[in-house]
Amino acid sequence: MNTKKLDTRRRKAVKVWDAFENNKKPIIILGAATCGRAAGAMDTWKAVEKVVKKLKVDADIVEVGCIGPCYLEPLMDVKMPGKPRVSYSNISPEKVERILKGFFKEDEIPSRDVLGHFGDEEIDGIPKFWDHPMLKPQVRLVLRNCGIIEPTNIDHYLACDGYKALEYTLSHKPVEIMQLVLDSGIRGRGGAGFPTGLKWRFCQDAPGDEKYMICNADEGDPGAFMNRSLIEGDPHALLEGLIIAAYAIGASKAYIYIRAEYPLAIKRLEKAIEQASKLGLIGKNILGSGFDLGITIKQGAGAFVCGEETALLQSIEGMRGMPRSRPPFPAQKGLFGKPTTINNVETLGTIPNIVRNGAAWYSGYGTEKSKGTKTFSLAGRVRRTGLIEVPMGMSLREIIFEIGGGLFKPFKAVQTGGPSGGCLSEEFLDTPIDYDNLAKAGSIMGSGGLIILDDNTCIVDLAKYFLNFTQSESCGKCVPCRVGTRHLYEILDRITKGDADTDDFEKLESLGQAIKGSALCGLGQTAPNPVLTTLKYFRNEYLAHVKDKRCPAAVCRELVTYRIIPDQCTGCQSCVKVCPTGAITGPRSEPHNLDEELCIKCRACYEICRFDAIAGDAIVITSGAESAEATTN
Amino acid sequence: MASNPLSSILENSSGSREDLIPVLQKVQAVEGFISKESVGLISRRLKISENEIHGVATFYAQFRFTPPGEHHILVCMGTACHVKGGAQLVITLEHELDAKTGETTEDGKFDLDQVACLGCCALAPVVKIDDKIYSQMSVLKLRQVLDEYKEA
Repeated sequence: MNTKKLDTRRRKAVKVWDAFENNKKPIIILGAATCGRAAGAMDTWKAVEKVVKKLKVDADIVEVGCIGPCYLEPLMDVKMPGKPRVSYSNISPEKVERILKGFFKEDEIPSRDVLGHFGDEEIDGIPKFWDHPMLKPQVRLVLRNCGIIEPTNIDHYLACDGYKALEYTLSHKPVEIMQLVLDSGIRGRGGAGFPTGLKWRFCQDAPGDEKYMICNADEGDPGAFMNRSLIEGDPHALLEGLIIAAYAIGASKAYIYIRAEYPLAIKRLEKAIEQASKLGLIGKNILGSGFDLGITIKQGAGAFVCGEETALLQSIEGMRGMPRSRPPFPAQKGLFGKPTTINNVETLGTIPNIVRNGAAWYSGYGTEKSKGTKTFSLAGRVRRTGLIEVPMGMSLREIIFEIGGGLFKPFKAVQTGGPSGGCLSEEFLDTPIDYDNLAKAGSIMGSGGLIILDDNTCIVDLAKYFLNFTQSESCGKCVPCRVGTRHLYEILDRITKGDADTDDFEKLESLGQAIKGSALCGLGQTAPNPVLTTLKYFRNEYLAHVKDKRCPAAVCRELVTYRIIPDQCTGCQSCVKVCPTGAITGPRSEPHNLDEELCIKCRACYEICRFDAIAGDAIVITSGAESAEATTN
Repeated sequence: MASNPLSSILENSSGSREDLIPVLQKVQAVEGFISKESVGLISRRLKISENEIHGVATFYAQFRFTPPGEHHILVCMGTACHVKGGAQLVITLEHELDAKTGETTEDGKFDLDQVACLGCCALAPVVKIDDKIYSQMSVLKLRQVLDEYKEA
C-alpha cells in the first residue's frame, strides 16, 4: 500500500469513527482491559447482552481499554443517538437492567451510579466526566486513546490521526527524525531516564547494515501496570512508535519482548500487527518508501531480570536471561552481536505524538530536565487507585491527595520505582516529581509504579518484601547481588522477628552501599535502595522492632498476636465458625477464647468480626507490650 | 503422551536457537508441563543438549516440570497485593489446600503458585484461578471462591 491508498483507507476509517461518534443506534461501551475484567467486566457484558435482548433494543456493544479510574470498575458507558456518552461506575451485573431501562424505556439519563458524561454541554444532575477530581488535573498525551477508541479496530486509530506520524517519518531522513526526538527532550520511560534521541543516535552511528529495534514490554516491577494498560487500550500507538524508531535507527527487524503474565496485551498486539501488516504498514516496502520492517513478539517467561536490557537480549536469543557488563552497549553490540536499540513501551507510545505535533509542543510540558508527561499506576492504600498521566514536575502531594483523593488513614510513605526504588516520607510530598529530584531523594522514577502506604503498612516488612523479591530474582551471575541481597534479606528477616540488634543497621548500610557500588547490572545496583531509604527516613520503626520487639503497624507475623477483647465480644460465634484451626472456642453469648498456640494468624476471625453485623470490633491484632497503641484495623 | 500437537510444534519451529523458549512455552501450553520426553524431542529438533535445555528452562519461573493440578491457583505477590494483605491469602490457601506454594494437592485438584505481579494493582489483592482473576480479595471471599471450585 502506498500513501495514496492509505488516504483512501483513512477516509473510510473516518466514516467508521463518525458512525461511532454520531451513532444512529445506541452503543454500550464496556471497559474490559485486564483490570476491568478482574473487577467483573465480562459478567457485566453478559448481563448487558441479556438485557438488550430482553428489552428488544438494537444496540451495539463495544469493548474499550482502561480509561484510568480502576477503583470504579467495571465501567459501563451508554451512548444514545444524538446524545453524549455517559459513564457509569461499579456496574455489577444486577445494575445493568436498571440503567439500560432508564435510557431505552424512560428516555432519561439515570443519575444513580453515574460518573459523568463526555459532552461539552451542561446536563442537569450529570457531571462532566473529565471534571472528575481524579481526571481533571491529568494531561493525557500518550493515554489519549485509552478507553476512548476500540483497541481492536484499526479504523478508530486511523481516524484519530493514527499512522500520520509514520507517513511524516517516511517522507523524512532518519537523521531528521532522530533530531526531532532528541530536540523534544524525551527521556526513557523505563526508569533510567536516558535521552531517547541520544540512544537512537548511538545506534544510527554504529557501523553495520543489520540492526535491531526492540520494545521492552517486560513490565516486571511489581506494582506497575502502565504498559499493560497502554498496550491493551491503544496497541497501534506502540506499533507506530516502534516502526518510526526502527526507521530512525535503520533496523529492518523489530521485536516486542512482552511478559507472558499479560495474555490480553499479547492478544491485542498480535491482532494489531496482523491489521497493520494487511495495510502494508509493516512488512516489505512500507507505504512505498522502500523501508522494510518485520515485527516479532517474544514472550518473556517470568524472569524479572530480563527487563535489564542485556539480559533481555540473552533471553530473545534463547539463553538464560543473564546480564553482561557494559560496554559494549547494545547500540554497538546488541542482539546477535548487531547494533540494537531497546526502548520502553511508554517511550515508543509517545513517539507518534512527538512526530505529529513537533518537538517544541512536547517539551512545552514538564520541567527543565524532564520533559513531557509521565504515566503512573496509583495503588496501595490510596482512595482512588488506577492509571494516571501527569506532566513531569507535579508534586507527589497533588498526585496522592488531589488525583488520588488521599488515604483513609494517615499517610506514611510513597514507594516509587518498585524494587529498585525507595520509600519517601512526608517531607518529600512537595517535591516536584522528575528523574533528578527522585534520584536526589534516594529513590528513582522507575517505570511509574506509585504505591501509597499508610499506618497499617510496616516499613521493615516492605523492605524485606522487596529484598526477598530481588534475591529470588537475582540471576546469580555476580557475587554482590547473589550473596549480598541474600544477606540483606536475612538481616531484615531477623529484624521482623525481633531477633536483631542495632549493630545490624550498620551492617545493612555498609553492605547496601557495597552492593550498590559493585553489582553487575541495574537489578543488583539498585536492590539495596528499599532498605537504605527506609533505614534513613523510618529509623524509628526499625528501632521499635529491634529494641521493643514490637511492630508498630502490627504486620510482622512473629511480633503480632490476635486477641479477643472480652468486653466487646458478644459471643456470636461468627469467629468460632470461620477459624480454620479451632483456635477460637466458647459458648454462645459469652466472650470467646483464642488459643495462641493454635492460631495461624490468617485474619479470618478479624475480618468476620469487623464486617459481620452481629459481631463488633472485638478481635484486635496487636504487637508488643503497649498493645492498645498498636491496634490495627 | 499426545505426540501429535508436540511434533507439529517442533515441525513449525525454524530449528534455530532463538526458538527454544517459544517452543518450551508452546509445549507447556499443550502438555501442562515440560516432561523429560519432550525435552528429549526438543533437544533433537533444535540440536541443543538436554542439559542446556534444562539450564534455560529452570532459569525461568514460567516452566514447570511436574504435571499441573486440575486448577491452577496463582497468588499475586505484587507490591500493592502485599501491602493489602497478600500474605494472609497465601497462609489461607496453604492451610485450606494442605499444600505449600509450588506444590499440587494430594488429590491433584489444585496446584498453588505465586506470581510476581499480574498488573491489577489498583484492585489488589488479586488471585488468579485458571484464567479468571479475582480482585479485591479477603480471606473470607477467597475461602468462598475456593469452596466453589472444590464442589464443582
